[in-house]
Amino acid sequence: MDKTQNNKAWFLVLPVLVLVAFSAVLPLMTVVNYAFNDTFGNNRFFWAGLEWFEQMVTSSRMHDALGRQILFSAIILAIEVPLGIFIALNMPKRGFWASFCLVVMALPLLIPFNVVGTIWQIFGRVDIGLLGRVLNDLGIAYNYTNNPFDAWATVIVMDVWHWTSLVALLCYAGLNSIPQAYYQAARIDQASRWAVFRYIELPKMKGVLLIAVLLRFMDSFMIYTEPFVVTGGGPGNSTTFLSIDLVKMAIGQFDLGPAAAFSLMYFLVILLVSWVFYTVMTNLDREEQK
Amino acid sequence: MMRIKPSAIVMALYLIFLMLPIYWLVNMSLKTNTEITSAFTLWPHDLTFRNYRVILTDPSWYMGYVNSVIYVSMNVVISLTVALPAAYAFSRYHFMGDKHLFFWLLTNRMAPPAVFALPFFQLYSSVGLFDTHIAVALAHCLFNVPLAVWILEGFMRGVPKEIDETAYIDGYSFPRFFVKIFMPLIAPGIGVAAFFCFMFSWVELLLSRTLTSVNAKPIAATMTRTVSASGMDWGVLAAAGVLTIVPGALVIWFVRNYIAKGFALGRV
Repeated sequence: MDKTQNNKAWFLVLPVLVLVAFSAVLPLMTVVNYAFNDTFGNNRFFWAGLEWFEQMVTSSRMHDALGRQILFSAIILAIEVPLGIFIALNMPKRGFWASFCLVVMALPLLIPFNVVGTIWQIFGRVDIGLLGRVLNDLGIAYNYTNNPFDAWATVIVMDVWHWTSLVALLCYAGLNSIPQAYYQAARIDQASRWAVFRYIELPKMKGVLLIAVLLRFMDSFMIYTEPFVVTGGGPGNSTTFLSIDLVKMAIGQFDLGPAAAFSLMYFLVILLVSWVFYTVMTNLDREEQK
Repeated sequence: MMRIKPSAIVMALYLIFLMLPIYWLVNMSLKTNTEITSAFTLWPHDLTFRNYRVILTDPSWYMGYVNSVIYVSMNVVISLTVALPAAYAFSRYHFMGDKHLFFWLLTNRMAPPAVFALPFFQLYSSVGLFDTHIAVALAHCLFNVPLAVWILEGFMRGVPKEIDETAYIDGYSFPRFFVKIFMPLIAPGIGVAAFFCFMFSWVELLLSRTLTSVNAKPIAATMTRTVSASGMDWGVLAAAGVLTIVPGALVIWFVRNYIAKGFALGRV
């Protein structure tokens, strides 16, 4: 759509600007303030320069948390994206069953994060949980509270349970926007199932898939509540992801300076990825409009 | 003989995988604590509604739900009120810095709440809003307003511009045109945006827990505290969990055909 140039439109945007500035810029400035200062309480601050940043960049604790976080996000994406596409391809296209699948699949998305954690905490317990009990009865020694591998497996399966539907729903919407004529043309050309997927469905899903990948990347990169409820970051530090470590540092130990410096770097990473996402997406939009 | 399609099997397996943990929660919520801890049963043999009765008769429990509902509704109203005109501006006009502003909004949706938890606490304490519903509602605007703007903008794009122009020629003022003509046209979009604001405000815990202590404590936070205080009352915990799922399950039916479009930020 061709838009007209009109700077008065700023008046329409003003309320959003004020509100988001209040809830985003002000807190962010507080964080910046902490990051560059040291305090001994009483609201008296001393300039600390880049000290906290140096401390954080070189701290092995942060490297470990970052490493775990990247590994986690990578595993999550590697499982959820292909699985989501696969599920979307198998969903019924219309009728009662399509609605039914949509509703059931959306259900996990609407459960409060800590309840998701609680569900899996109960589900995986060795004494009262279906999963833990059945696995142990099958002779697999499974206990997510003291075995790091089991803890990781539980957190990952939980995230797959929680969020694969999102990827599937997005792909489903993309698939439904493909006109039937494309499939008919493919049938005339005797295209194989794989060719249909590779040359018709995948290109048409590109836009939504991009959104899905980035939403999943962002949300898994800042995951906090679910693993916190299930494992509390343990056993040891094996499931302490970035956000968990950050909250531990800021609120648990009240190390405001390092925590703030950490927050800022965390935020910059997110900002960078958002920017790449935004650029690619606006380019896609422009291509479509041509 | 009826032939079963492989796709139906895949879907059935996937849906079972989704429902199984939820079933287990419901199952536990209908059992007594002795049955939970002493016997391993696949369905409640000793059916009881005690767990639900505990929650629905104890103010410290059910007020959690009331608090959650209050701040979630406040958040939905605030988010939509400010997002509607902004989304209209983004979908209809070029103005100075529009692309940068839009990007900045996006980054707020992507900002990790953990970064904001502590500053929010100090900000709202210093203006005397700590432990009020409005504090949580405002804090959730951080990610809900950008989201609402994005979704509404996506829907508004689909409305042809000629409609605006015709309305002006017919002598409608902007506010009257917006409320009487434009809003009914994008009613599904408003519904979807409201749903998503509801959803993300409902499921968020980190900020709502940080910003409240007693008077506005959300149900999700009530759950964590009561469990650690009174040992493990698994039955009540499970029942509380089930009750947090119910509101979502109810509203989901109304927006089922638009869920995907909403998640795609209106870009399908």
